[in-house]
Parts: sequence; structure tokens; C-alpha cells
Amino acid sequence: MNRVDELFKKKSTNILSIYFTAGFPALEDTLPIMKAIEAAGADIIEIGIPYSDPIADGPTIQDSNLVALNNGMSLRKLFSQLADMRKEVALPVILMGYLNPVVQYGIEDFCQKCKEVGVDGLILPDLPMNQYLSEYKPFFDKYDLRNTFLISPQTSEHRIREIDEHTDGFIYMVSSASITGAKSAISDEQLAYFERVRNMHLKNPRLIGFGISDRASFKSAASYSHGAIIGSAFINVLKAAKDQEKEIIAYIKGIIND
Amino acid sequence: MIKVDENGFYGKFGGAFIPEMLYPNIEELRENYLPIINSSEFQKEFRYLLKDYVGRPTPLFLAERMSEKYKAKIYLKREDLCHTGAHKVNNTVGQIILAKKLGKKRIIAETGAGQHGVATATVCALMGMDCTVYMGAVDIERQKPNVERMRILGAKVVPATSGSQTLKDATNEAMRQWINNPVDTHYIIGSVVGPHPYPEMVATFQSVISEEIKAQLLEKEGRENPDLVIACVGGGSNAAGSFYHYYNEPSVRLIAVEAAGLGVFSGKSAATTSLGKLGILHGSRTLLMQTEDGQVVEPHSISAGLDYPGIGPVHAHLFDTGRGEFIAVEDEDAMVAGIELSRLEGIIPAIETAHAFSALNQLSYNASDIIVINVSGRGDKDLETYIKWGNY
Repeated sequence: MNRVDELFKKKSTNILSIYFTAGFPALEDTLPIMKAIEAAGADIIEIGIPYSDPIADGPTIQDSNLVALNNGMSLRKLFSQLADMRKEVALPVILMGYLNPVVQYGIEDFCQKCKEVGVDGLILPDLPMNQYLSEYKPFFDKYDLRNTFLISPQTSEHRIREIDEHTDGFIYMVSSASITGAKSAISDEQLAYFERVRNMHLKNPRLIGFGISDRASFKSAASYSHGAIIGSAFINVLKAAKDQEKEIIAYIKGIIND
Repeated sequence: MIKVDENGFYGKFGGAFIPEMLYPNIEELRENYLPIINSSEFQKEFRYLLKDYVGRPTPLFLAERMSEKYKAKIYLKREDLCHTGAHKVNNTVGQIILAKKLGKKRIIAETGAGQHGVATATVCALMGMDCTVYMGAVDIERQKPNVERMRILGAKVVPATSGSQTLKDATNEAMRQWINNPVDTHYIIGSVVGPHPYPEMVATFQSVISEEIKAQLLEKEGRENPDLVIACVGGGSNAAGSFYHYYNEPSVRLIAVEAAGLGVFSGKSAATTSLGKLGILHGSRTLLMQTEDGQVVEPHSISAGLDYPGIGPVHAHLFDTGRGEFIAVEDEDAMVAGIELSRLEGIIPAIETAHAFSALNQLSYNASDIIVINVSGRGDKDLETYIKWGNY
């Protein structure tokens, strides 16, 4: 069974997904970071495929992309690092990245490779829904990969319904009209948006991301959804870490433990 | 037929490959731009500003000494005489009127060499709109006079400090800021690039160039169609404007001239159709200079305006179908051509434009042919580059 499906079957609240950029801070950090995330008790691992032109990302993830590329990270390299991950990592693993590197790899080869190494789902933010349906979905289905679309506060109700229909992993709720990046508190306006979408009773679970950085923002977002995604704030932890494993575990435990 | 389809594709190129956060912005534009720009109210204001503010129609000038040297009848379309010194303003005038009709309060734009930034800052001053221009930090250093022109016009110039800190990064930054300000802001893209409907919309505003060429040539030669139209291509807005009304006139050869930099295969080039592969950049599927891994490669050209790793989707389609002929011109040859035009016709062209003139050395044509070359911009902004090159 797909690990994303399995997760949402057994858990529906306070789900924590952690994003990091593959190849950051060091080229060979990918597996150690994944193992630490799992050891700390998070629920999903989201691995960012670095790209030269990340248009939906703020400075923190832009920098981690640049560092990763300078370290020599590539999609081929990433797949080789993930080849044996299922011997050591049980959590659902999702790859997130911009479309161009995937297109160059070849969409079917990419999906096949994802399945082979044990990736469970994909988030490709600049893949539009119509293109997904006409060109990509057959491969996602063939290789049992869950697809996640994003929505934002500006997304119309009609569009959210459409996205819900064609999503089969979870819906990624972008918390505000914004690129990625750690922010301090969640505003009333954002809460109203979380509530509005909650009341739509979508078929897919919802995770809230962008600007979630600490225990308070995680709990607040998770109280309106199935959980939340932390990216930039986690990248900042990696950037500053002296003892990577220990600090990853301390940070994540600080968010989820009561 | 060269025509955009309802999803924004020219053949297999184009579309709108954007994050969902930009979908409402793009959808608002897509739904509204045609009804607005086809309205008589819009057309009245647009035509009025093109005439009395930009100074259109720009002349179609018979270049006799060039004609003698190159053994053909060569006409120059003088876009360099537009207000602000280049064709870029045709598009910014169109988009600012559109932005007002959409009720937008502020304008953002990207710029490479600063020409589009200046054209945007200009129309924002004219309309009293708040204006922020994103420009690569490296380009800000290279193009100081244009930075100051924008500031004098009241625009904020914000450095893009990510990636290679040039045009593509300025475009990334403008898109990010549009994500952050989705409701009150209009993004004026400067070329026939970006997600649908931008490529077709910008081409429509620039199509006044070929519209005028047709009328002017009819008057001078008794025929609307030349044998060749030549224009330089970075993203490709002046070329799209020059070709637009000739796309579906098969007797007219459309010559697109790319920047080969230090040589097409030197690793320092911007010759996208020679080096690019199908990819996705800034929201459209097009030919793109990239690594095996799909990372975008930083191009090089002596002219900052041609220094773009992609090409407008319509040009990718012209290349793919063979409707357009693509020629690559190296830095050195472009500089020589710029000096030659200065000496033969008393017109110092922008270095972008100089590439188009150098193409004459690579083309074969008949002595009876009528050739129209688009003088897309004037060379004042490039004086420092001419001086540094020094070979005149």
C-alpha cells in the first residue's frame, strides 16, 4: 500500500511533514537527515529537488537550492542516494520540485525511478492541472505515485473543488499569498481562510505550509487541518546545526511533543 | 498558420506552467485582456498615446548607402526613434492602460539592460502609478545610467540577488513579488515570454511595428510585403512585432538573429535555437539553454538585451516549423555592424540591433529583394560598451 494512503488512514491530526533540499548543507546529507526526521517522530519526509530558478521560493530555500547545486546535487545523484533508503526509512517520502529537471529526466523514467526507490508522492508546483491530466497522470497512476496540488487564499471555491477532484495524496494549502519562508505569527485573515477551506469538506486531507516555523504556528495550522509542513525554518536549523542529528531531533520534538 | 491556441500554445510551445499561487493572476488576465484591448475605448487611448506620446508612426527609411553596399533595397524601421529610445515602450503603454482598466494600483517589472525598466518607469510616471523594477544585482552594476533614469522617473529599483543576478533572476524575483501581491499589482513583462497570455499579449502590442511596415511599404513600393524582415531576438519582442502581420505570408522570409556571444559553442553564448532543448522557464514551454540535469544555463552576449537563456514560445515555434530562419551573430561581428551602420547611415544602433545588421553578411538574397531591418533601439545606452570595445 502506498505509504501516503497508509499514513492518512491511521492518522488524521497533527501530521507533521518536514521539507529539506537534497544536497544541503552537504551533498551526502540526504539519508542522515531523513533518518533523523524519522527518529524525531515526524510523519512525512519531503525532499526538494534543487533547481536554478525556484520562482515560488523565498531567500532561505533559494539559497539552499544554490548551495545544493554547487555541491553537485542532481536528480540522478539524488536517485542514487535514495536507492537503498527503504532499508532504513519507513516514513512516506515525497519529492517536491520544479518541472524542468523532471522534464529533462523524462517523465516516465522519473516516475518509474520514484517507484523503484520507494518514493510515494510528488509535488510539482509549476505543473498545471490541465497538463497533469493530459500528459502526466497516466504515469503517476502506473507507478502508484500520489499527486499533490497547491491551493492559496486566492484560489476560488470552484478551482479548489476541481483540484480536490484530481488530487490523490493530500492538498497543500499555501498559508498566505506568499512565497516560501519562515514568518512569525498566523493572522486572523489566514485563520479565516483555513476555516473556509475546512468547511468545504474536501475528500482529500489538507496540510498547511509556507510560513509554518515553530510549535505555535504548527499547532495553530494543525487545528484547522490534518497537519502542516515545515520547510524554510527547518532549512535554517540545518544551516546553523553543529550536531546535525541531535539538533534535527530536538527541533522536531520541540514542535510535536506536549 | 502561426496562431496561438486557446491554451496559449504555438504548436508544442507556450502554455502556462505556473505555481497555483499565480493561477488567479494569470486567469484574471487571460479572461480580460482580449475584451479590454479590443474595446474601442482602449484602442482610442492606446492609439492616441502611441501617436502623441511615443511618436508613432516611426519612419520606414530607405537606407541608400547600406542598399548600395549590400546590393538589395534595404529599409530601416526606426523603432529607435520611439520615446525612451526603443520599441519596448509600445508594450508598456499597452499594458499600463490594461492595468488601469483592471483596477490595479501598482506595477512591477523585470529588466535586464534596463530598457524595459525605463519604458515601464516612464509610463508609470505618465499614469501616476507606483512602480517597482527588479533588476539583477550584476546588471545594476553594468547599467548604471538606466538605473538612474528609472529612479529619476520615480521608480524603485530593487536588486535581484539570487542565482546569477541577471535578467532571468530579475524575472524570477518579479514573479515572486507577484505571488506576494496578487490582488492590487500588475506585472508588466517586457518580452514575448512568460505564461500565457503574456507572449501573445506583448506580441499584439508590438504588432504595430509590422502593421506600419505594411502601410509604409505600400506607399513607397506599391506592395505591402517585403522579401525579408530581419530582427534580433533575445526573448523576441521586437522580432515578434516585426513578423506579426507576416507570419502567414509565406513569401516573406522572417529572419531572427540571435546572439552567439564569443561563438555558438564557446560556452559563452545566447544562441538559444542552436543550444537549447525543450524546457520550461518563467511559465512557458520553450527552447531553453540548460544542463543535462535541467538546470538553466547562464547565457552570454555583449548586449544585455539578448542575454536570455530562453526564447519566446512563438519563436521556438517559428524555428521548429521552419517558418523562421535563425542566424547567430558573434559579439565582435555585431560591434563591427554597429559601427558600419553609424558610418553609412548616421544611426548608432543599440548593440542588440547591431546583431540584426550583421546578419546581412550571412544571408543570401537577390539584388531585387526588398529587405526591412528593424532598428529596435538606439545606441546611446551602449556608449560605454562601444568605447570599451574601442575599434572604431
